[in-house]
Amino acid sequence: MAASAESASNLRRQQPLPIRIVHWCNALIIVLMAGSGLQILIAYPYLGPRGALYGWYPLQGVAPPGWLTVGGWLAGGRRWHFAIAWFFVINGLIYLAYLAGSGEWRRRIFNPKRDARAAVAQFFYYARIRKQPPPRDFYNGLQRLAYTSIILIGVAMALSGLAIYKPVQFHLLTRLFGGYDGARVVHLAGLAMIALFVAAHVVLVALHPKEILAMVTGGKRE
Amino acid sequence: MNSRISRRRFVTGAAAASILAGCDSRPVISFLRAMKDWNAGFEAALFSPSRLAPELPESATTPEDDFPEYFISDEAPDVPPIWFLSVGGLVDRPRQFKLAELQAMAQTSMRVRHHCVEGWSAVASWQGLRVSELARAAGLKQGVRYVEFRSFDSGYWSCWDLASAMHPQTLLAWGMNGHPLTSGHGAPLRVYSAVKLGYKMCKYLAEVNFLPHNSGGYWENQGYDWFAGV
Repeated sequence: MAASAESASNLRRQQPLPIRIVHWCNALIIVLMAGSGLQILIAYPYLGPRGALYGWYPLQGVAPPGWLTVGGWLAGGRRWHFAIAWFFVINGLIYLAYLAGSGEWRRRIFNPKRDARAAVAQFFYYARIRKQPPPRDFYNGLQRLAYTSIILIGVAMALSGLAIYKPVQFHLLTRLFGGYDGARVVHLAGLAMIALFVAAHVVLVALHPKEILAMVTGGKRE
Repeated sequence: MNSRISRRRFVTGAAAASILAGCDSRPVISFLRAMKDWNAGFEAALFSPSRLAPELPESATTPEDDFPEYFISDEAPDVPPIWFLSVGGLVDRPRQFKLAELQAMAQTSMRVRHHCVEGWSAVASWQGLRVSELARAAGLKQGVRYVEFRSFDSGYWSCWDLASAMHPQTLLAWGMNGHPLTSGHGAPLRVYSAVKLGYKMCKYLAEVNFLPHNSGGYWENQGYDWFAGV
């Protein structure tokens, strides 16, 4: 039994079709959500309520550049943001359901017992402290940490977004984020983390172009 | 709202999304319009007529100098020499109210957070008459589904769904932080509500009309969300 389950999973492509579809939809969704979100930020590029701006935020009053934005003006940005938000959530739920239903989560999701040590070793390797790359299976420890963290950040983005969207109807959720202005902080910090993730992701796949091909064709069966 | 139509529109919108190309192309525009309608229905479904916004302590009050004053005229509009509030539409007793007559009916005070479409928030306490109490005095006829608020600020207006207007935290406010409204905040009377974005709260109030149809609004007709609940 165990052996046949093993061989079935060995026949699985590196990037199964559902993951490829969700991935490229997500790429478009993230660009539109980030661009329209920055358009909304331009209307009030501050953190903290009126009369009590947060002193620790270094970018008070710094508006994002127009070329990064989607929607043209505040009403347009909001229209895009609240339209695409549905697809962000639906796409994310499809991804999570597929991970859970197919068993893909086993080789993708960070498991501290299995991956914590490997992630640290991989970090030392990238930092040129360690000469040899640590042994890896499907993903290395740092990849699993990154791909799992970004799921949690996505969940935090959806929830903090709802808290900003309906701070009265969802006032318990909003309180969880420290109130309306706290939820804005979480939402903007989440965007910063997604931007960092995307930048690192793009650099790393550019260094390993085979991985881009695998996300298009599915790659070899492992 | 007819949910079957909005669902069909939603599916159309999803199809349009898959062919997103240029931002101004026709499928993109109709996709955004379909999603706007879908979201208006979603917002109305989320709205609970009985869920109250949390009341805040006095210490949360925003310094009044930091509470923005928005109006569309070049300067804060002056109160007309003879001011009254006209209440009309589909009501049994249309009439004009002097401010003192409204103040004699009842007074509610609440301190809640204000949410602006721009993203800022601020806190003040507001004193006034619940719109629901005005509606009871006027006597709504069958078929009222919307409430239209009109101002003497260069014709600014906003039309609301009846349920949000009847919410216990939707007031016709004459006081802010315990004093009469200043001209920057909509003197002598304005709409103040805990359940809408700021631009729905018509200041410099001149008319309240209970209507069978949706008459839009100043910003709403330019592309801002019509429901605009929080």
